[in-house]
This record gives sequence, C-alpha cells and structure tokens, in this order.
Amino acid sequence: MAEGQKKLCRFWIWALSSVAFRLILISFPGNLNLSSRPEVSTPLTSIRRLAEGYWLKQASMSPYAGSMYHGSPLLLSVLGPLTVQRIKGQPSHLLCSLVFVIADILSAMLLRGIGQKLQMAYGLNARLLGFLKSSRDKVILPCGDIAALVYLWNPFTIVSCVGLSTSPIENLAVILALFGAVTRRVPLAAFGLVIATHLSLYPATLIIPIIFLLGCGLDAPPIKLFLQTRSVENEETSTSTVSKQAKLKQTMRIPFLWKTVAHFLFWVLLWSLYVLVLCALSLNKYGGLEEMFKRTYGFILSIEDLSPNIGVFWYFFAEVFDFFRNFFLIVFHVNILFMLLPLAIRLKHRPCFLAFIYLAISSILKSYPSVGDSALYLSLWALFVNELIDMKFSFFLFCGYLGISLLSPVMHNLWIWRGTGNANFYFGNAIGYACFQIVFVVESVSAMLNHDRALKRSNSNHQEVKS
Amino acid sequence: MASLLRSLILLLIVQSFLFAIAFGSNEVEEFSEALLLKPLPDRKVLAHFHFENRAPPSNSHGRHHHLFPKAISQLVQKFRVKEMELSFTQGRWNHEHWGGFDPLSSMNAKPVGVELWAVFDVPQSQVDTSWKNLTHALSGLFCASINFLESSTSYAAPTWGFGPNSDKLRYGSLPREAVCTENLTPWLKLLPCRDKDGISALMNRPSVYRGFYHSQRLHLSTVESGQEGLASGIVLEQTLTVVLQPETTSVESNMQPSWSISSLFGRKVVGRCVLAKSSNVYLQLEGLLGHELKNVDTEIEAHELWKNAEFELSLKPERVLRESSSFLFIFDIDKSSDSEPFDLGLTWKLPSKWSCQQAPLHASRFLMGSGNERGAIAILLKATESQEKLSGRDLTNGHCTIKANIFQIFPWYIKVYYHSLQIFVDQQQTTDSEVLKKINVSPSTDKVSSGMMEMMLELPCEVKSVAISIEYDKGFLHIDEYPPDANQGFDIPSALISFPNHHASLDFQEELSKSPLLSSFKEKSLVRSYTEVLLVPLTTPDFSMPYNVITITCTIFALYFGSLLNVLRRRIGEEERFLKSQGKKTGGRLKQLLSRITAKIRGRPNEEQSSSESPAAQSSVLSSKLIFKIILVAGAAAAWQYFSTDK
Repeated sequence: MAEGQKKLCRFWIWALSSVAFRLILISFPGNLNLSSRPEVSTPLTSIRRLAEGYWLKQASMSPYAGSMYHGSPLLLSVLGPLTVQRIKGQPSHLLCSLVFVIADILSAMLLRGIGQKLQMAYGLNARLLGFLKSSRDKVILPCGDIAALVYLWNPFTIVSCVGLSTSPIENLAVILALFGAVTRRVPLAAFGLVIATHLSLYPATLIIPIIFLLGCGLDAPPIKLFLQTRSVENEETSTSTVSKQAKLKQTMRIPFLWKTVAHFLFWVLLWSLYVLVLCALSLNKYGGLEEMFKRTYGFILSIEDLSPNIGVFWYFFAEVFDFFRNFFLIVFHVNILFMLLPLAIRLKHRPCFLAFIYLAISSILKSYPSVGDSALYLSLWALFVNELIDMKFSFFLFCGYLGISLLSPVMHNLWIWRGTGNANFYFGNAIGYACFQIVFVVESVSAMLNHDRALKRSNSNHQEVKS
Repeated sequence: MASLLRSLILLLIVQSFLFAIAFGSNEVEEFSEALLLKPLPDRKVLAHFHFENRAPPSNSHGRHHHLFPKAISQLVQKFRVKEMELSFTQGRWNHEHWGGFDPLSSMNAKPVGVELWAVFDVPQSQVDTSWKNLTHALSGLFCASINFLESSTSYAAPTWGFGPNSDKLRYGSLPREAVCTENLTPWLKLLPCRDKDGISALMNRPSVYRGFYHSQRLHLSTVESGQEGLASGIVLEQTLTVVLQPETTSVESNMQPSWSISSLFGRKVVGRCVLAKSSNVYLQLEGLLGHELKNVDTEIEAHELWKNAEFELSLKPERVLRESSSFLFIFDIDKSSDSEPFDLGLTWKLPSKWSCQQAPLHASRFLMGSGNERGAIAILLKATESQEKLSGRDLTNGHCTIKANIFQIFPWYIKVYYHSLQIFVDQQQTTDSEVLKKINVSPSTDKVSSGMMEMMLELPCEVKSVAISIEYDKGFLHIDEYPPDANQGFDIPSALISFPNHHASLDFQEELSKSPLLSSFKEKSLVRSYTEVLLVPLTTPDFSMPYNVITITCTIFALYFGSLLNVLRRRIGEEERFLKSQGKKTGGRLKQLLSRITAKIRGRPNEEQSSSESPAAQSSVLSSKLIFKIILVAGAAAAWQYFSTDK
C-alpha cells in the first residue's frame, strides 16, 4: 500500500513538474518562435490565422473571407477574444497559452482515467484466462499513469502547447470521446466525438471504435479464448463453484448492446445538431453553414494550401500535374477509408487499440499534419504498454522519431532561411517521418496480434497441461 | 505643289460641308496638340506631350469619325466605358526633384509598368465581364500583355481609396510589363497626324526611350450630352511625359545645362499638324524668385523676361503667363515652316537653383524581414520641407490635420495578416483609432482574388514621420504558377498615397485661351504619389522533380497499404490448422465452398481435398467449380447488360 502511495506521489510530482515546465516556457517572449514552425502550426491550427479570422469578424467580415482561417467558428468565439487581450508587461497570447496548458492537463487526466480502466480490464481478463495468479499481479504496468506522463512530457505535446497551435484542444476532444466511451458515459462520448470531428474532420473515423467500446465493452482478448477456457473448465471439473460459473457466463456471453449504441447515435445526432445550430448562429451574416463547410472541410479535403509541413502532401500537390490532381486527391483520401474495415474486423475485440490505430493512420495521411497529432497517438500507444511490451524495432523507431525531429528544423532552416538547400531537403525529411510512422503503426498492429496469438498458445498449453 | 494645295483646300471644304450635314450643329470633332517643356532642378528637362481629341455627342449610331480614332470610340460603345486611364511607364518619378504638388506630377507620375483603371456604365453584375473584355481589347490595341489583368487575382475594386468614387471602378496594374516602342506605335496611330507632322514628329524613338522617365498615358472620359437620343461624347487625352538629360558641354558643375528642342530630340518642329485646332509649345520655368516683378505689366515683362541676365530663350514668346511660383512662356508653332523650323532653345547664363513644390508627405515602401517564409511590408511617410507652406490644411477641432489615403493591392501569394497592422507616428506606436480614421479591407483568396487595403489616416500637421507595417506570410505556389524566371521573385504593385484635402492646380492669373493643356492644369487635381514596386522572392520547389516526387510518394503509400494489410491477414501455421479442424467439424457445404475459395485466392492447393477426397469426387468438385464459374460469368454479363442498357 505504501509503495502504491509512493508511486502515486511520484506521478503527481512528474505531472506537476511538466506543468511548471510549460509555464516557464510560455513566459518566454515570442513563444520561442515556435508558433511559426511549420511542424507545429499548420494552416488549420495556427493561432495567427485564428487571430486574423477574429480580426476579420470584428471588422464585420466573414472570418473565412480570404484564405486565412479554416478552423471552427466556435473555436473562434472562444479563443478569438483571448488573442486580443493582453496583460500588461506579459508576452502576448499568454491567456491563449494558459488555455492550452489547461487543455493539456485535462487530456492527461482523462488519459489516466482511460488507462486505469484498461488496466483493470487487462487484469480481470488475465485472471479469467488464468494467467495471472495473485502473486504475479505486479507485472501489470500502471498504463494510465504512463500514458498521462508520456502525454505531458512528450516534446511534441510541449512544443505544440507552447507553440500556440490549437491541436491540444483537438486532442482533448478526441480523448474526451474515448474517455466517455470507456467509462460508458454515452452523452460525453458523443460530445467528444462531435466536437473532435467538428474541429478536424479526421476523428470521424473514431465512431467505429466507440461503437465497439459501447457495444462490446473494453479491450479484451478474442472471445474464442474465453469460450475455450470455459469448455475446458466445464469438461475438466464440476467442482467449481456455481458463483464463479455464473460470473464467467456473464463475461463470456457478451451480447452486443444495441441499445447503448442506439443511445449513443442519438446523442451524436443531438450534439451535432447543437453544434451546427451554434455555428449557423455565429456565421449567420457571413454565408452560413455552406461557407463553413466549404472553408473547413473543403479546405482539408482539397489541400489548397501548399505551404510546407511534416506531411508529404504539400510537395506532392505542388509538383503533380494539374490534370491528375483530382485523381490523387481521391486516392489519398480513400487510403484512410480503405484501411478502416480490415482493421475493424481484425481488431474488433480491442476497440481502444483500434482507435489508436485509426488516429495514427489519419495522422500519417492527414492533409495538414503536425506534431500535435503524433503527440496524441504516441500517448495513446502508451496505454497498451502491457500488451505491446514485445514490440519490435522500438529502439529503432525511437531513434527515428528523435532524428526526424532534430533534422526537420535544420532542413527547414537550410531551405527557407539560408537558401542553401532546396525543397527536396525538407521533403526528404517528411518522407522519412512518414516511413517511421508507417513502421510504427505496422509494428504496433503486428505486436498486438502477436500478443493475442501468444495468449491463445499459452492458453491451449495451459489446457493441455491441465487435461 | 500648287495642284496638291488646291486639292487639299478642296478636301477641306468638302470635309467641312460633310461636318455640317452630319451634325447639323456647330459642334465638331476637335484635336489639339501641345508640348510643355520644363527644366528640372536636377539638371534634367521634362517634356510633356499633350494631345486631346474630342468627339461631340452625336445621334447617329454607327457613326463616322473624322479625327477621332474609330478603335477608341468602338471600345467605348462596346464596353460602355465611362472613364478609363491606361498608362505605360518606365522609370520612377523622382518626387523630390521633379515635383509632387503640381498637376503635372499628380497626373503623370505613374507606377512602373502598366496601370489601367476604368469606370463602367453597366449594371453591377456585368462590370467584371466588361473589364475582362476591355483588357483583351486593349491588349490587342496596344500590343501589351494587358490581358493578364483579366484574371481576378490581378485586379481589385477600390471603393474610396482610389480617386474616383464609384462601385463600378476596376483597377489593375502590371508592374513587370516592359514598355517599349511597340507600345508607342499603336498609341501614335490614334493621333490624326501620327508622328508624321506637328509636335508628335518630335518623338524620335531613341531620344524618347533614352530618358530617365517615360510615361505614356491614355485617358478617356465620356461626356453626357444631356439630350435625349444622343450618344455621349468622348474626350480622349493622350499624354507622353519624358524626362531627358540634355547633353552639356559646359564644365561648370553648378550651371544648369543649356538645351534646345533639336538637341533634346534630335529633330525640329516643322509646321503644325494641319488637323489640329491649336498647337502650342509651352515652357515652364519654376522658381524664378529672383524676379520679383509683381507689379509689372505682363507685356513688358514678356519683352524683358525672355532675355535677361540669368537665361536666354532663342525665340520670343507670344505671351507670358505668371503663376504663383512659376512663369509660363507660350509659343505658337504656326509660323514655322520647312525653311524656318521651330527650334526653341534655352541658354543659362548664370548658375541657378530652385526647388519644386512637394507633396505634404513623401512616401516610400520597403520590405522587412529575411528568409522565404514570412516578412512585413512597411510604408514610410516622411514630412517634406515644404509642408509648412501648404495651403490645403484641414482645420478640424482646432487641430491642423493632414489626411492621407493609402490604397494598396496585395497579390494572393502575399498572405497579409491584417490584424498585425501597426502604425507608428514619430516612432511612437499608436492605437489604431488615433490616426486611422477609416479602413477597408478585402482579403485575398488563394488563387481566386487579390487582396486590397484602403486606409484613411488623419495626421497632425507637425508630424515628422509615419510608419505603417503589416506582416505577411509568403505563399507556396504550384510549379505551373511560377513564371519562367521563378527565382527573380514576384512584384507587389505600387501603393497609392493620395491626399484628399490637397489639390494641385496651376492658378494662372488671367483668363486663358482655350488651350486644353492649360485648362487641365487649372482643374484641381488630387495630389497623389505612387510608391516603389516591391520585389518579393518566393521559395521555389525543385522544378525537375515532379516524377520523382510522384513515384516516391506513391511508394510510401504502397508501403503503408501493403505492409499493414499483410500484417492483418497473416496467419501462422497453428491458426491455419485450428481453422481447418473447425471447418471439418462444422462441415456445411457453404463452408467448404468458402474454404475452397480462400484456398484458391491464396494460391495454395487445398490440402483437405487432395488428401481426403477420391479422384471420383474430384470430378464432381470440378463440375461444381465449373458451375460456379459459369454462374459468375453469367452474373457479370447480366449486370453489364443491365448497366449498359440503363445508360
């Protein structure tokens, strides 16, 4: 017990120190010029563009007039006033930075909540399958604490929080949706999903994992294992207590909870109506919802802005022949959709992991990716430390991420500021980043499937031993 | 010779007869030509050619013109142009030395390249179409790439920042357009005498294009007749302003150079253009403040002034007009002939120094920041020395203020952050509302429209300097959007600074003859000055890379898709066996079929079949396979039939 307390204490120390670190960083003037880094702020998440949109709105023009702002009108109403207000003697945008710091803390806490649930589920399942006797309980890592700390101390998160990009808020919405689904708070899950989709479109894919989460429950080994276990146990002995059998039955015969899902869909509908009405009200005079969809989702889907970022699309669409532009647009966007179904079929018993994979994929194939997206999926990855402990290439990937994040500013500087390099330098870097992300995703999936396989094998061994 | 003269007279008589029939009134088309010469303080000479062509309102529809160029009148009729100005300029007007507060500079100091603005008399919805058609017509007419102004990314619709207030005004400029003799020739074609006779014969191409500044302008406006059924009249004003450096032989550095028309242009005026109603040459001398001849009668003055201790003219002027700070000598070129060409010369005898009247604020514009990602544009307004003397002050609330309008177009690849606008008055940052009275912004849309900013500043008179800065991000373009010399950079058109409370006019103290040049000088014109054109370098992608980029990116995607799918559908041997045993247990016909199909897809022999089934059974399997294939093909054919007939 004392050890647990000590651990908890250590967690809070680390968490608070990360917050303090952020506060120190945001008090530097000019936000260390991070807000203009292409890796941190994309056309969608840049606070400068948001301030421009707010200025245009204040000048009674549509915030989408011109090609500056492409975000949500709601975010504009919330963050817009903060970009203007200044506290005397303090760096500008201090209030905005504080909002982002709070968003980061909230995200970390929610991640911790998700992690604790997952940890409990992992322990329960393991015990049910009979791997974990009470003596081996320590093996389960506190994945919630780890994920929260990974989120808080990830340089990517810190950079995008201090660099005033709106991605901490988008991440918060995504994590909120997952948290709601994990804790079975249906309206909360629906709210998070709707807001996240409203802010950046790609989290719309999360509707599949959230439905699985609500319908079938938390991540668990494949259901076949339980069935096998039960049959073995039934055959083997009738001495087991009735209560245990009943409990097993409960966990095994998991019906798909259509009612909850319907409930969830209803709430999604309700919240999206609500958000749309709010947007329509705020854009009442400036072209309404049609304009909003054209300037936000349209902008995301048609990749109009060709300014460099850490993705590969900007250079591709700057170079590709105009005749093929639409074809490649469709191909690249469909690439995200193509993978949804196979992944959902294969990983339907692990909805949280499925959500992580979807987020990672969309952050690779996004039109305007930033390191904030990586921060999100990397910390979600940390939720599965127990399962993914045997992941291959993890050191290689770590070095890759590190190298890319160090090389990226150098290449950008050589190309843009010094003029001694050319666009290929930065694009090469982006290619490398995409490759590392792809390897990361593939290895994660593979490790998770191997974990399931290992469970099964040991389970059958276990049975053989027993019989 | 005599017969030629007679036929000419006959022609003139017939012509005037025709005039009388055609119009039934005494209004006829008029053409007049004039040349203004003006020595400048920095030892240069300004020559300003002015041609005006008036077509009176007429009632005939497809009308016939005698003097007026048909191309222009058709243009006006077709596109319903109310007012239009087109200028071709090479070189920058030096506001400090050549003046910034006289009608000449405010009308003829134009931005580099081509500038075009037009006001249309069509419904609001058709203005853009008319503009596009007009640019194409003008492009053909003047052999220039004015048609680039057609695209909506290169023109703007100013509301009040540009001179004429109209919502049917369109403005565009092409800073990079090179101006040369191919533009001058079609321009001269519009003159009745071309460059064969009269003053326009002076336009010797080498000497005109050798100058420091060269601006060729065409301004046309329609005059409403007010009468029912009459088409509107057109006034076409063509001016050519050149600043030349006379060749000097004198060694004294402080002596103004002496010159004559023949030394400036290499030609002399031989007679007037016979079709011109008036053809005059003017010589404007500024700042002769040594001659405080306030109360002297002009006639006597004229006699005395053209030959005095300071300078000497080679010809005696017809008249001398006096303005507040300058003298105007008027010459008539009627008397010149082949044997006695008109060759005005000015010889300085004593060193002379004077300065030009300047605009209240001198405007300049520059770029700030380095690198190819972002930057800032700054406009600096500096008080000029002559500011105290200016009359056009506006005393509101007891404060003396100068109003300044700034009009600026931003191309879309300059992504301006309007919220970053900062104004510094005398190096002190001010809040916007203090000096910024009015601002109108129309932000640019990527690849669709250019941005425009109009600002009205109200500055205290004692202001020394005003700096306005605005930040921007540089856009990244598709490779096709770069011009062939992509690394040269992109031009931002000049900003226009105008002073709505200051009007420049030459106020001659007596009634004038109806010389169009002088009457246009007498009209109050808005004081305006254009800033420099800015050159913004943009980063370029690698132009040789498209194939590499496409192949590399597609490889990445193939890697992603292939490896992920591979991981998802990979099964290890144990699972295979398990599935097989499952299949055996629950053996239904459908399951067997499915397993066979999967085996086929995987390209592996179906072990189950080969091991457990006899050859006899294999034939039945074959037949079932065959049936399946036939059904598949038939289904496909039916579907194909269905869809093809549907279309």
